[in-house]
Amino acid sequence: MRQGRFVAGRLPFVVGIAKLALICLFLLDATAVSQQKPVVLRGGKLLTVSHGVIERGVLIMENGKITAVGPEGSTAVPKDARVIDVKGMTVYPGLIDSESNLGLTEISAEAMTNDLVEPSEEIMPHMHVYDAFHAESELIPVTRLNGITNAIVAPESSDTLPGQDSFIQLAGKSGEEMLLVRDIAMPLNFTGAQRRNQPREKRKFPSTRMGMAAQLRQAFLDAQDYAQKWSDYEKKKTEAVAKTDEKDKKPPTPPKHDLKLEALLPYLQGKKPIVLAAEEASDLETAVSLAREFHLKFVLNHVSHSQPALDYIASLKVPVIVGPIYEDPKPYERYDAVYSLPAQLAKRGVKIAFASFEAHNTRNLPYQAGFATAFGLPYDEALKAITLNAAEIWGVADRLGSLDLGKAANLVVANGDPLDVKTDVKQVFIAGQEVPMTSRQTRLRDQFSGQ
Amino acid sequence: MNRVPIFPALALFGMLTSATAQQSAAAPHNEVIIKNAVVMTVTHGNITNGSVYIKDGKIAAFGKEVKAPTSATVIDAGGKYLTPGIIDSHSHIALDDDVNEATSPITPHMMMIDAFDYQDKAIYHGLAGGVTTSLLLHGSANMIGGQAVVIKHKYGLNRDAMLFPGAPQSIKFASGENPKRVYGSRDQLPSTRMGNFEVQREALVQAQDYMREWDDYNTKAKKGDKDASPPKRDLKLEALADVLRGKLLVQIHCYRADELLTEMAMAKEFGYKVRAFHHALEAYKVADQLATQGVGIATFADWWGYKQEAWDAIPWNAVLSMRKGVRVSIKSDSEDFARRLNQEAAKTMRYGGATEEEALKMITLNAAWIVGVDDRVGSIDVGKDADLVIWDGYPLSSYGVPNKVFIDGDVYLDRSLPGFGMPHYSEGQ
Repeated sequence: MRQGRFVAGRLPFVVGIAKLALICLFLLDATAVSQQKPVVLRGGKLLTVSHGVIERGVLIMENGKITAVGPEGSTAVPKDARVIDVKGMTVYPGLIDSESNLGLTEISAEAMTNDLVEPSEEIMPHMHVYDAFHAESELIPVTRLNGITNAIVAPESSDTLPGQDSFIQLAGKSGEEMLLVRDIAMPLNFTGAQRRNQPREKRKFPSTRMGMAAQLRQAFLDAQDYAQKWSDYEKKKTEAVAKTDEKDKKPPTPPKHDLKLEALLPYLQGKKPIVLAAEEASDLETAVSLAREFHLKFVLNHVSHSQPALDYIASLKVPVIVGPIYEDPKPYERYDAVYSLPAQLAKRGVKIAFASFEAHNTRNLPYQAGFATAFGLPYDEALKAITLNAAEIWGVADRLGSLDLGKAANLVVANGDPLDVKTDVKQVFIAGQEVPMTSRQTRLRDQFSGQ
Repeated sequence: MNRVPIFPALALFGMLTSATAQQSAAAPHNEVIIKNAVVMTVTHGNITNGSVYIKDGKIAAFGKEVKAPTSATVIDAGGKYLTPGIIDSHSHIALDDDVNEATSPITPHMMMIDAFDYQDKAIYHGLAGGVTTSLLLHGSANMIGGQAVVIKHKYGLNRDAMLFPGAPQSIKFASGENPKRVYGSRDQLPSTRMGNFEVQREALVQAQDYMREWDDYNTKAKKGDKDASPPKRDLKLEALADVLRGKLLVQIHCYRADELLTEMAMAKEFGYKVRAFHHALEAYKVADQLATQGVGIATFADWWGYKQEAWDAIPWNAVLSMRKGVRVSIKSDSEDFARRLNQEAAKTMRYGGATEEEALKMITLNAAWIVGVDDRVGSIDVGKDADLVIWDGYPLSSYGVPNKVFIDGDVYLDRSLPGFGMPHYSEGQ
């Protein structure tokens, strides 16, 4: 400001304003430059996830990316770097929630604040969560304060095909910036909860699992027909152009567009994964047969009560979004049947990831992973299941999920074990930027505790 | 017994054998000593390599060196943590959806005991999470929902064996969104907070009249007035008169700060005491006033945003309120949270910096006080019921899981057992 006044005083008014604007630009730029100055976290315990633990390490980030990771002493620190001492702290990659409803709800009981699912029909693949994603949701700062930096946003599971998921980053100037991958995957829910069977007077098709399966099969068949129509049209169009006789060059009439069927095409073509949700073994097998019938690429979701089919799951060689492990056991199950599921799957070589399946309590994602270790899941697997495994499942492991060179500087500095409820997160970095460690909740706390 | 005619006695004997078989399995071991534990007493700090001696279902001694007869059954805790059983001060399990008699906003005469479904597996699930005592409350559809029941999680026993003997009677009040939503959606009173409190006040005024009528009658009858005729008994007003007479512990579901204050003002107006506010997510805004009145809170660690009146919930609520002198407990209000209240309590160590003992107290002694059984359970003290948990892992963390759960000195859950892990239960029972 002092510099601004000085310049304005020496020059004619208009030029002064222009200069001032330039200086402002320069200042803005300078901020950007200062952020581009390397930031070094020195002395912390680094949980790299991909290559073990570095007890006293150095992590350097530059231009939003990790540019060095190594032990203190043998990792060169650039001269112009801003060094943050994190001795005694634990540094780990930003956590990834493999299914949340973030940005689709604010207050659960207030209908006008919810955009969770379209209940009017069961087959809604043309719903895109990015169209409803509320970037300014108060839930997002609350969640990222606990070290969750990325998440799958999915519609609620009460339709068999409720729409398509997006992969988000929990910081950014706008929704545009936060939505990293749109339509990354499509849930296919087959848990029985999608039946329209209650109450009796409102009952409609599909009110049974048979109905659900038939409806899904018809939808995929219709999409196949739709694809055929378009490919026939394209063929005819090409043929028409190639005709020598001018009167034969008349282009064919294109088929009508159908957004619903069009939305299914990338999945029928195996370009994107279906997230196949089932709870019990019988539903799981029905859903898998359906997926195979149409050659869908899929990952599994929930499988909470599929203990009798664990070997079958392993034989499918697909990842599993497991849980939530807090799902109540069935009356016939032992109390820890669902708690021990992640361990049982990991033991069989299944790649697992955890998810909150929630919005308000998404911040508690790491504790689910911690709790699973108390039932036999190895600690490293538990941490992977909310970092690198998730990144791999969602095809973003080139930029997220571990402390490795070239990956985005999404990381967390905490005063201890990331999976323990007592651990306090001190600082979160997203794309190399320090996230303000405040939320609506910290503001209320400060207001009423006289801070 | 000898006066009972022989045949009925025999018939009775036949009927009793199956029940007796169940009971004898549940009878407390006469003498047990748990050795080699980190004893977290709640009231006297931690004792490493400590022992607890249990006699006839009660804690007879505890400490570094404990004298017990050689005949006592020895359980080596292998250096694991030992805590008092967890007490859930707000639960709706085992009620088979009969939680709300939502046909009228004032139903103080609904007795939870009449709906208690003692076979509900949720009792077992809580037990496996270390919960030994729960206060089963009505829901919050009604301004005054009914009277609660206190149970011990002795899963596998019969109904009466699960009741907490001699526990005081609690009554559940509610306020805020739930009553106004339930009745408002039917175009009935109450549909606003004004309506809520009017309905509550009206009921209490009627109870005052009812109480006066009975007091008058009793005075006359005592004087030998033969013309005095007793007023008609009314179960609903009788229950409310018990509130006014201070015979019931008043447990109030209440979220917003303004409503916490209104409920306290109404209690003052009618001369009863509020034992605890439940949920109380805005307690941190009026903690001074709560502390002055000696009212406890049964709250969540970090649950929020599920409705408008939970929008100002902050995870620091428990500790901010505690530091102002409010007796705080962390409760489940759900079958799910009841299975991991230890983790929920541990969150208060992170949000606000509760000490280990303060955190543990929120799910033991403070919860016991809210339920009114703090003289019987909630800490490891001589004479208290031997309701204890041996933990795998540190209980106040993500990793604490009950290894053995004792109630009245007897093991009801043992993680090392196959099947359901319950010595007193087998499938089909």
